[in-house]
Amino acid sequence: MSLPLPLVAAVAVLGLLGVGLLGLLVTRNLIKAVVAMQVLVKGALLALVLAGRLSGQVQTGQTMALTVIVADTIVSVVALALAVQVRRQFGTLDLQALSTLRR
Amino acid sequence: MFDLLIVAAMLVCAFQAVRAPRLLIAALWLAGASALTALMMYRLGAPEVAVIELSVGAGLVTVLFVFAINIAGEEPPVTLRSLVPAPLAWVAALCAVGLGVAMALPNLRAESALVQSERFATVLWERRSLDVLLQVVLIGGGVLAVLGLLAEGRADARKELK
Repeated sequence: MSLPLPLVAAVAVLGLLGVGLLGLLVTRNLIKAVVAMQVLVKGALLALVLAGRLSGQVQTGQTMALTVIVADTIVSVVALALAVQVRRQFGTLDLQALSTLRR
Repeated sequence: MFDLLIVAAMLVCAFQAVRAPRLLIAALWLAGASALTALMMYRLGAPEVAVIELSVGAGLVTVLFVFAINIAGEEPPVTLRSLVPAPLAWVAALCAVGLGVAMALPNLRAESALVQSERFATVLWERRSLDVLLQVVLIGGGVLAVLGLLAEGRADARKELK
């Protein structure tokens, strides 16, 4: 049995988006939320490359995916630095405990 | 068949990254998912961005995660109730995937012929130079933000002055 590659890639995109969304909804840890967001972005990256391939413009898809990689890395770095500071200031990474924003 | 195996392994890695109780283990599963995403990109005919994803997504980001987890310290893996009840989260995620299937799969037409014959570098530097500018601004802004966030020494000094 051999499925066409775009169909397999579409399954990967939808699976990654679903897993990332599930992770964002169930996690209570700030760093785990960043991990779930990374999974979501991987789905978006694959979707861009797949769209480029389907429309016959692979290089444009690659260029847009590159921009997303850069933006995603910066977002992760800033979020992790925030998490480190939050842990130092409040002593926890639990989103429920942090939602009051009281020390 | 090989592609299906890659996708199955990628989804297993992603799921484990989301549900692993220890943060360090989650970061390592995420690196695995990232490497398999890069492999899938290569299979889709995008080798340039696959290399960047492998080095940045699986390499740099994993190092950053391990670094941040080391500094912040691992919280004891307690079984706290999630903010959204787990069954509701599952239903929401499955609904989102179902919506995606309903919208994407009927439009997954056959591949069109290659209409773009330029090299990656030509498209990046000449056609999409605004993207490059945006990336430079993002990197600069990110560096400034991290420096500001981690500048604990100066913040403490200011507090003492007050």
